[in-house]
Amino acid sequence: MSKAVPWLRQPRVQRIVYPGLVAIVLIAAWQGLVVGLDLPPYLVPSPFLMMKTLFTDWAALGSALLVTLEITVLAFAVATVAGVLISFVFVQNKQIETALFPYAVLLQVTPIVAVAPLIIIWVKNPTASMVICASLVALFPIISNTTLGLRSIDTDLQSYFRMNRATRWQTLMRLRIPSALPYFFGGLRISSGLALIGAVVAEFVAGTGGSGAGLAYQILQAGFRLNIPRMFAALLLISLTGVALFVAMAWLTRRALGAWHASETSHD
Amino acid sequence: MDRHHGAAAPAPPAIQILSAEKTYPDGTHALQPVDLTIEEGEFVTLLGPSGCGKSTLLKMIAGLLEPSDGRLLLWRKPVSLTAATEQKLAFVFQSPTLMPWASVAGNVRLPLDLAGVPRPEAGARVADALELVGLDKFAGALPRALSGGMQMRVSIARSLVTEPHLLLMDEPFGALDEITRHKLDAELLGLWSQKKLTVVFVTHSIHEAVFLSTRVVMMAARPGRIVEEIHIDEPYPRTADFMVTPEFSRYAKQLQDSLLRASTVASEAADS
Repeated sequence: MSKAVPWLRQPRVQRIVYPGLVAIVLIAAWQGLVVGLDLPPYLVPSPFLMMKTLFTDWAALGSALLVTLEITVLAFAVATVAGVLISFVFVQNKQIETALFPYAVLLQVTPIVAVAPLIIIWVKNPTASMVICASLVALFPIISNTTLGLRSIDTDLQSYFRMNRATRWQTLMRLRIPSALPYFFGGLRISSGLALIGAVVAEFVAGTGGSGAGLAYQILQAGFRLNIPRMFAALLLISLTGVALFVAMAWLTRRALGAWHASETSHD
Repeated sequence: MDRHHGAAAPAPPAIQILSAEKTYPDGTHALQPVDLTIEEGEFVTLLGPSGCGKSTLLKMIAGLLEPSDGRLLLWRKPVSLTAATEQKLAFVFQSPTLMPWASVAGNVRLPLDLAGVPRPEAGARVADALELVGLDKFAGALPRALSGGMQMRVSIARSLVTEPHLLLMDEPFGALDEITRHKLDAELLGLWSQKKLTVVFVTHSIHEAVFLSTRVVMMAARPGRIVEEIHIDEPYPRTADFMVTPEFSRYAKQLQDSLLRASTVASEAADS
């Protein structure tokens, strides 16, 4: 087949076409099963019904998507800035890292669902409280990856900088930060997904309705009313948001690291 | 030596090592007290098995390691990291030690950037250094696009761009295949005579030592120490033909025997 259609042999095309084929097969099977077994929509809606609901309920779902996106993006930004600052503090001195790292781990292992009610009580503004919850979830990978990156410096290259009497600032800008970038972007990729998870969890716990309701709240409400097609539509939007974040991070990584880093060139 | 300014005021020796030794805090005796003088313009090879302290000695000359006792002088001044800023000394590591994110030209420009040399001047010097090692066409390439031998040439260009008087090389071609290594050895000799450098070169290859050096300093392990010094009194320029002469074989044999004697003594000392 690929002999007849040479463009199909290109890895770039394959990366889109192959998963696309899987999607078509899955959706067709789903639609076929729902119709064939005559499943009621309050158990499993067909993909067609899900898409239809997405359009008919767009007024509610679209604004909910914006709310969830806002929390996710804000939390991701807060986690990135805070995580990078904390890593810079960590690498200044081994004692500081030794003293503080266990608390970073503590933050990571404590389930956010357990802490969220407290934060929601303490912080009056619902958006702010949810952003705090979500950024706590997204923070750790940035800290651990960036700290590791700032420490992963070729020792000979470090000696070379020392021999040439590089200042602390020169070493930071010309050696530490460039060395840390691949690790930092790896952390970003993980954290972007975690920020979304954190946002959804925070919304569940907060359970705020009204104009500030996000996708998680839509799912809760739809569940209470057995409006399963709407639940599916909201779920689809959450998944698509996650995919969009992942793609954005991959693009950013490629733009920033370009051709020099092995992880970005080996598969092309 | 052609750079002595007459008998009355001889040039100071490039390197004087006065009873320098290295003992690590855990008690490991990396290097017994060493005395060695290297004149300006010499090409001295430190030859020995692993663990003989040859890299330790080189790093002490570079100021990267402090001797635990004794003194090291460069042109009669104590070794310190300031020597590098005066741009008299350059170090070439075992691996190319390049910044993977910077272009070839960016890597070669690094020591000039760190010293605050203005861009236009730095650019011209980088171009000269790259031409010297035959990489002027690769100025914009990233290191990973180059072969191991070419990466090493970039590393050498980076060391020469500061116009050093003293070049310290720590097994620079050890990881390369033999053909590339011979080629780079020959190029290095060319640069040495063209730039009137003083070179201290660490290797564990007897053939490389004989081919390159004016003098071979033989070292032995456990504990690290100097066991013998052998002058290679053969004229330069040396070409690949030198390696098939009887003199070359004689020197190689002499070094081989010396190396064997040294390791026998060491193992006997370890047994007792």
